Amino acid sequence: MSIAENTPDTTVDSDEVRRVRAKRMEKLGRWSLPLVVMLAALLLWDRIVVWNEIPHYILPGPGRVWDSLVADWGILWEAGLLTGKITLMALGLAVVGGAGLAILFNQSRMVEMSFYPYAVILQVTPVVSIAPLIFIYVDSKTAGMLLCAWIVAFFPVLSSTTLGLNSVDHNLRDLYRIYGASRWQKLWMLQLPSALPYFLGGLKIAGGLSLIGAVVAELVAGTGGVGAGLAARIQEAGYRLNIARMFAALALVAAMGVFIFAALSLISHMLLRKWHESALSRET
Amino acid sequence: MLPIDQRPTVLKMSNVNKTFNGNVVALNGMSMTVGQGDFISLLGPSGCGKSTALRLISDLMVPTSGKIDWEGGHQVGDLGVVFQEPTLMPWATVAQNVWLPYRLRGKSYSSVKDEVLEALKLVGLESFQNSYPRELSGGMKMRVSIARAMVTRPRLILMDEPFAALDEITRFKLNNDLLELKAKINCTVIFVTHSVFESVFLSDRIIVMAARPGRVIQELHVDEGYPRSEAFRTSAGYAAYCRQATDALHLAMGEAA
Repeated sequence: MSIAENTPDTTVDSDEVRRVRAKRMEKLGRWSLPLVVMLAALLLWDRIVVWNEIPHYILPGPGRVWDSLVADWGILWEAGLLTGKITLMALGLAVVGGAGLAILFNQSRMVEMSFYPYAVILQVTPVVSIAPLIFIYVDSKTAGMLLCAWIVAFFPVLSSTTLGLNSVDHNLRDLYRIYGASRWQKLWMLQLPSALPYFLGGLKIAGGLSLIGAVVAELVAGTGGVGAGLAARIQEAGYRLNIARMFAALALVAAMGVFIFAALSLISHMLLRKWHESALSRET
Repeated sequence: MLPIDQRPTVLKMSNVNKTFNGNVVALNGMSMTVGQGDFISLLGPSGCGKSTALRLISDLMVPTSGKIDWEGGHQVGDLGVVFQEPTLMPWATVAQNVWLPYRLRGKSYSSVKDEVLEALKLVGLESFQNSYPRELSGGMKMRVSIARAMVTRPRLILMDEPFAALDEITRFKLNNDLLELKAKINCTVIFVTHSVFESVFLSDRIIVMAARPGRVIQELHVDEGYPRSEAFRTSAGYAAYCRQATDALHLAMGEAA
């Protein structure tokens, strides 16, 4: 029996063409489809306002909201900076507090058993119901708002990091033990890298929650006038029936949330892109 | 290489028992002397205590009774371990994974770089030192795991079914590579396997174990020197040893040969 000389067939078959086309469409659609949906929604909103002749103090059209955003940019930007500052500080504290507590819980089972239930209680109690009490006992409004935002944001970091620290490959754990690793070496070289993807997952959730916490805290604190944040501006504009500014401030809050999520996703991708399954692209 | 009974002792297990929860006897009266340069296969059905024996030797468990004595005592670094899975740190490069046993002893990478690269060279992965585990095939990952186990040139390497999850072709290749490695560095190995053929091809001592309770049934010697080539797999001698090991395994499983 002889084996015939066989040159590889490099023809692109229909299945391959379809796959490439679908991939290209998906790449294009990922950005263009949400944009199209947004433009359609804005157009629909505008038409509803115009066709029904809805007064602007009930529902302003998107054009009026845009005008308000431009006209009130100075006030809104300043308010946005304050809300952003509280949000980022709360997120920072959530990272330090959540990850720190997770490490503490991991290192001492007794500490975990003693305090974990209270962390859960703190998380499941709605912050809106705790916030008024916080503002009675904490003099500084900034500190009170930070505390509110932190209560909402720290738990995802704590629970995700705790899960990550406890999810180390048991063979690797054994290996470290056989090689005589100290507690510190095990934590630093094995548990923390293992927990990193979990921590980053919790961080992405905490980013959104710290903004929610900051907004809720502002509403409860009722900070108005100079030095007010976006939530307070929304409340204030509502009292004045300046609905266009309410929408403009709301758009800024949403934009801030998107920015935080995108930034944290980028950080996550940068840290995991070389090794973690979640950050790897697939050929097929 | 010295005859089996004349090799200097590395480790001795004397009447070792391990019982879980006071009633599950995982290992019953296991005695074994490991000589320098031995390649011992622990062969037996599931639940016969093979892996328990390795965990006891590696101090991951303490025996319920009996003794495990290292000749001249032992310290961290005397033992290398290869698990059924490659057990690599996915966030570390190949070189960083192999560096681990040294790193845990406080040695910087630059001070042991030559040893790390030498170990990688021995398993044929020197050019992959900067790759991450995800970039390697299953067989290559297992080679990294073997390089890590032998980088410190430990007195004893424990291998717990290291090739069980690999395909047959890769498994044959790694069997050959392991023998080549043994010929180069004359390491002492205790190798856990379910495979009669693998145990005969690799080892010079096969300890056949039975389950419930886990115990040693028989010890076979494969009097075929190292290095062994692929030709050994097709020799009449190999077939005879396989037959012998299969009979012993049948005995261990309570079946007629």
